[in-house]
Amino acid sequence: MRALPHLKQFTEVAEQEIMHSGHVACPGCGAAIAMRLALKTLGRRTIIVFPACCWAVIDGPFPYSACSVPVFQVAFETASISAGAIRAGLDITGKKDINVVAWAGDGGTFDIGFGQLSACAERNDNIIYVCYDNEAYMNTGIQRSSATPWGSWTTTTPGTDFKKERKKNLLEIMAAHRIPYAATTTVAYPDDLIRKFRKAMSIDGFKLIHIFSPCPPGHKALEKDSILESRYAVESRVFPLYEVEHGTHYKLSMDPPQRPVRDYLALQGRFKHLTDEQRDFIQKSTDEEWARLMHFMKVSEAVE
Amino acid sequence: MQKVLTGNQSAAWGAMCAKAQVVSAYPITPQTTIIEELADIVAKGLLDAKFIKVESEHSAMAGCIGAQAAGARTFTATSSQGLALMHELLHWAALARLPVVMANVNRAMAPGWSIWTDQNDSLAQRDTGWLQFYCESNQEVLDTTIQAYKIAEAVNLPVMLILDAFFLSHTYEAVDIPGQEATSKYLPPYKPSIYLNVDDPHAFGGIVPQDIYMEFRYKMQLAMDEALIAADKADDDFKAMFGRGYGVVEEYRLDGADYVLVTSGTVTSTTRTVIDDLQEKGHSVGLLKMKMLRPFPAEKVRKILSGRKRVAVLDRNISVGMGGVWSQEIRSVMYHLPEDQRPPIYDYIVGLGGRDVTPEFIEEIALDLEKRPVKDCDQVWIGLKE
Repeated sequence: MRALPHLKQFTEVAEQEIMHSGHVACPGCGAAIAMRLALKTLGRRTIIVFPACCWAVIDGPFPYSACSVPVFQVAFETASISAGAIRAGLDITGKKDINVVAWAGDGGTFDIGFGQLSACAERNDNIIYVCYDNEAYMNTGIQRSSATPWGSWTTTTPGTDFKKERKKNLLEIMAAHRIPYAATTTVAYPDDLIRKFRKAMSIDGFKLIHIFSPCPPGHKALEKDSILESRYAVESRVFPLYEVEHGTHYKLSMDPPQRPVRDYLALQGRFKHLTDEQRDFIQKSTDEEWARLMHFMKVSEAVE
Repeated sequence: MQKVLTGNQSAAWGAMCAKAQVVSAYPITPQTTIIEELADIVAKGLLDAKFIKVESEHSAMAGCIGAQAAGARTFTATSSQGLALMHELLHWAALARLPVVMANVNRAMAPGWSIWTDQNDSLAQRDTGWLQFYCESNQEVLDTTIQAYKIAEAVNLPVMLILDAFFLSHTYEAVDIPGQEATSKYLPPYKPSIYLNVDDPHAFGGIVPQDIYMEFRYKMQLAMDEALIAADKADDDFKAMFGRGYGVVEEYRLDGADYVLVTSGTVTSTTRTVIDDLQEKGHSVGLLKMKMLRPFPAEKVRKILSGRKRVAVLDRNISVGMGGVWSQEIRSVMYHLPEDQRPPIYDYIVGLGGRDVTPEFIEEIALDLEKRPVKDCDQVWIGLKE
C-alpha cells in the first residue's frame, strides 16, 4: 500500500454553508453532498452553471435557490460553453478572482453535451467542469446513459436487456485533450474532494472533476448507504480516485485494501438480477481496468 | 469615413462600431466573411473583444447567452442550417431576456443543398421571441447592426438583422462608417441592471411553476410592444445624429396608389425601379417595404394599406401547406378593418433558393395584380418552370 501524505493531516473544511437547507434533493443524494462540500471550498466568489440535470431541480423552483452564489441555468448540452462564455464576459468586463463552475450530470457530460465538452477542453477555457455522475438519466426517471455501467438495470435497459455496453472512460477521454487538470473523487472522501477542488481553483485553464455520486432511487439502494456505496466503489476499484495533470501525468489519490466487487454490487438493487458468472465478469473487467490505470501510473512515475 | 464594403463586412463593422465585447461564432457559407472580418478586426486590436471560436452554431448562441448574462455586449452571425441548429437557444436567449445581437444571412434550407438566398431560415424562427429586421443595402446592414443594440438593450430582447445571401453578403457598396465618438454617444456602454454578480447573487432560469410561467411570457409581449416604440426612436435618433434613417416600414411612391407591392430584403431595390417605370406608364402602383417582422408593425401596415384596391405581397419564402409568411402576417392584421377598407391581398411566391427576382418578374406581378379575379388570391408562384 502506498503512503498517502495528504491524509496524515486533517483537511480543513470551511465553516461557511453556501448551500442551504430547503433544496429538493432526494434523501441520500450524493450530488447534494458533493455540492455542499464543493461550495464550502469554492466560496462566494463563484458562479455556478446548471444544465438540465437533477441539480436544475434540486436548487429549488423560482424564486428560490439553495445556493447563495449566482446560478445560471442553461440548455442541456451547453454547460461547458456557457461557463466558458461567462468567463469571457467576466474577463472582458474586468471582473477577476471568480470561480466559474459548470455542474452537470452524466447525461449532460458523457452524452448530449459531449461535443461541447470536448470543444471547451480543446479551447482550454478557464473553468472548473464538474460531472456528478450517478450513472444514468436520474432526473427523467433512471434511463441508461453512456455512463451506466455494464450489467446495470435502468428503465430503458429492463429485465434481461440489462446494459450490455461498458461505461465510457471519461478521464481517459479528457486526458487525451491534454487539459491541465482532471480528477476523480467521491462523497465518501470529503478530504479528497475538497483537496481536488482547491487544486482545480489554483490552476488556469480547463479543469474537470468527475464525482461518483450515489443515487438511492436510481441505484435501488438504501438512503443510509450512499456513503457506504461511495466508499465501496473506491475500495472495489470500480471507481478509483486519481488525478491526471496535463493529460499525461497520472497520480493515484489513495489505494485502500481491495474489496471484492460483489460487496459493491450487493448494496444496489440495479445489479440484483446478475448471475454469479456475470458478477465475476464485472470483477474481471474491473481488475483489467485497474491494471491499465496502474500502467499509466508507472509510465508517469518513469517520466518523473 | 467611407469604405467600400460587402454586406458581410458591413455587419462586422457594425459590430465593431457598437463595441461588441464577446463574439461567439461559427463559420457557414455565406456568413463566413462576417466572422473572418471580425477575427481580423479583433486580431488587429481595432476592437477590444473576446472572440470565442466555437465548434457549432448551437454553441455560438450558447456563448452569446453566457457572456451576455455575465454582463458583456455580444455579437454573432449565422445562416440557414446554422440558424436552425441554434433554434433551441434562440428561445433561450429571448426568454432569458438577453439583448444578444445576431446577423443572419438569408440562405435557403437543405436538402438539396443551396447556399443562395431565401427567407425560410429566419422566418422559421419568427416565434422565438427575437426582433427581426430585414435589410436592403449594405449601409442599412451596418446602420441596423448599431441600431439593433440600442433597441435590444432598451427592451431586453435579442435582435436579429437579416441580409440576403450574395445579393448583399458578397456585393460591394460604398458604405459610410459612423465615427466612433458619435457612435459611442448614440450607443453608450452596456450596463445591465441585473447580471451574474457575485456581490448580489441571483438564480436565473430555475423551474417556474404553472402559476407563474404565463406572467413571464406576458412581460415579453409587453417588451415587444415597447420595442415598437424603441425601434422608431432608435431610428429617429440615428437619423438625427448620422443623417440616415429607414423606418420599420417604408412607403415608396404610395401617394394615391390603388395597387401596392409589398417587399422585404433586396427584392425591394429592384421593385423600386419597376414602380418608377410603371408610374411613368400611368399605372397606379406603389411600394411598401417591410423592414421589421417582429414586433409586427400592425398599426402602420393597417394605416398604409387600408382603402387600397389590391395588395401583392412578394414572398421569398414559403410556409408549405399555407403560403408566404409575410402575406399571412399582413392578412392577419388587415382582417380587423371594415370590409370596404380591406383590399384583397395576393400572395406571390418568388425567388426561392436564390432564383433571381428580375424587374420583368416584378412587372408581371404588378400587371397580374390589376386583373386577377378576387377568388384567386391565395397563392401565385412566379417564374415556375414546367
